[in-house]
Amino acid sequence: MPEDLKDQNGSKKGLTALLEEVKSEVKVLKEKGVEEAKSLQDPEKTQLYKSIFRVKHDDKPRSRALGVLSNVFLHLHPAKINRDAVAYNYTWGMGGISFYLFVVLTFTGTLLMFYYHPSKVQAFRDILYLEHDVPFGKLLRNMHRWAAHLMIITVWLHMFRVFLTGSYKKPREFNWVVGVILMLLTMLLSFTGYLLPDDQLGFWAVTVGTNMARATPLLGHEGPFGPELGMTAYNDVRFGLLGGSIVDSNALLRAYIWHCIAIPLIASVFMAVHFWRVRKDGGISGPSPMMLASEIKEERKL
Amino acid sequence: MDWAQLWEIASAPDNVPIVALIVLVPFYSWYGLRQSLANDRLIAQLETDPQMAKTHHRKTQPWRPGWEREVHVWPYLLRIEFLAAIIVTFILMVWSIALNAPLEEPANPTLTMNPSKAPWYFLGLQEMLVYFDPWMAGVVLPSLILVGLMAIPYMDANPLGNGYYTYKQRKFAIWAFCFGFLILWLSMVVIGTFIRGPGWIWFWPGQTWDHNRVVFEANRDLPDIFGITSALGKGIFGGIVTLLYTAVTAIAFHKVLTWNDFNRKIYQRMTLVQYLTLQFFIITMMSLPVKMIARLAFRIKYVWITPWFNI
Repeated sequence: MPEDLKDQNGSKKGLTALLEEVKSEVKVLKEKGVEEAKSLQDPEKTQLYKSIFRVKHDDKPRSRALGVLSNVFLHLHPAKINRDAVAYNYTWGMGGISFYLFVVLTFTGTLLMFYYHPSKVQAFRDILYLEHDVPFGKLLRNMHRWAAHLMIITVWLHMFRVFLTGSYKKPREFNWVVGVILMLLTMLLSFTGYLLPDDQLGFWAVTVGTNMARATPLLGHEGPFGPELGMTAYNDVRFGLLGGSIVDSNALLRAYIWHCIAIPLIASVFMAVHFWRVRKDGGISGPSPMMLASEIKEERKL
Repeated sequence: MDWAQLWEIASAPDNVPIVALIVLVPFYSWYGLRQSLANDRLIAQLETDPQMAKTHHRKTQPWRPGWEREVHVWPYLLRIEFLAAIIVTFILMVWSIALNAPLEEPANPTLTMNPSKAPWYFLGLQEMLVYFDPWMAGVVLPSLILVGLMAIPYMDANPLGNGYYTYKQRKFAIWAFCFGFLILWLSMVVIGTFIRGPGWIWFWPGQTWDHNRVVFEANRDLPDIFGITSALGKGIFGGIVTLLYTAVTAIAFHKVLTWNDFNRKIYQRMTLVQYLTLQFFIITMMSLPVKMIARLAFRIKYVWITPWFNI
């Protein structure tokens, strides 16, 4: 509508003039675009990057320290540690590997849960389904099992290292206790998982394992002083563990819930305490300067 | 020598961790011991040279004046963690591709597996069942192992060796732990895996697992050997023998605690509670090898027989 155009601009515009105007605007836009594209060569300057990481990524001490401290996944670490404390021959790295394996197990375990029903009818078939039909199902199950076995080994070796370096001594006594509990939880996690495929191996292993609970003193119906306290196969501690007097569907469901929910939650809480205490007790124990026998101070009496 | 049998046991997928353990544990024991001995040499040097003790940084780690005491976690620790995660993931990948997790037939309560074994990390407890009744081997001793482990920091009165490898400064602690961990726990896991066959019968490595083999083990109780037949007599006799064992072990252990000047110095620092707790756990721990020898070498099943429990 030429009349409208005239009204807006106050004068009649030629088509060429309009074209010139558009050209100049495009030029401005192009320059802006090129400038922005150039700035993308340095993504650390973008708003997106800054909003996520907040800290400059360079080798200045301040940036390095803040990079660790301002990151939720890294903030378990201090900004700086003793230069010898990163020596592998001292640490063996087994505690960290155990934690990493726990993460791997949580990840593969969650994926396995998508394909598994904790019922006598389906449990074993689900394993067959995982092994033969689910894409990478076999790899998933294998990885979950081997990571579990490996975690037990690394936890034991971690304990061995902590003992050999005397790291349980003052002020880390309590963290050693937490560690022993974590070792127990690791083994219980593995043990409850053993039953879940509902095959002969798991069934008899758990039968052998829980049969020992019959013999619990006072609380088992075959244990010392158990019958005297009124324990039978239907009310003793083994009954409570299995949800029945034999390893059956209730036991499977209980093992599943302990394995997938209860023990991982409890273990996570203890892990949080364990890691927290490592920091609060002054970081990892050493290698610290050696003390001589002649330097033992007389202990303060109570 | 039945190599096929040996290979069958060693290559069973669930036994692979134990094969790994047999390699890893000696390696790390050597790795720790090597550093302990290196530290001990430096300690010996520092003890004879007080001037050096004043100025030395007291570590076997390389050190030069002017080096900063601390390093940044980013990148010096994080790169190790990252590398460790990659290596562990790689090992797991290869392991999971190469070996399949075992899956037997569907659970069948009417068909007993023979041998029916606990998971490998509990085989130590299952092996203990040979030497103790289930209430001891399955409940009391495992609980005491856990409580004993937790009590270690509170019983150990030795202030030396805090945060560095050493053997010389902690001889007793190292021996006690290695005896419990390496000899009792791990060797029983290995026995349970490689040696116990059908019927939980002892088969030497390389011997064929014969499912029809029967061993007529005429196990005796200690009171029987002495011709004691009455229940009361057995109870009293067993109690006396158990007390005797406790006393002998306690005295022997006391001798160890006061063996030399250094041990006596640490002993002086112990409170009565620490001393008694340590005695209790050592006596309990030593009862296992004693009963193992009694059972394996002398076919003795019970020492103490009462109407309520047998030990």
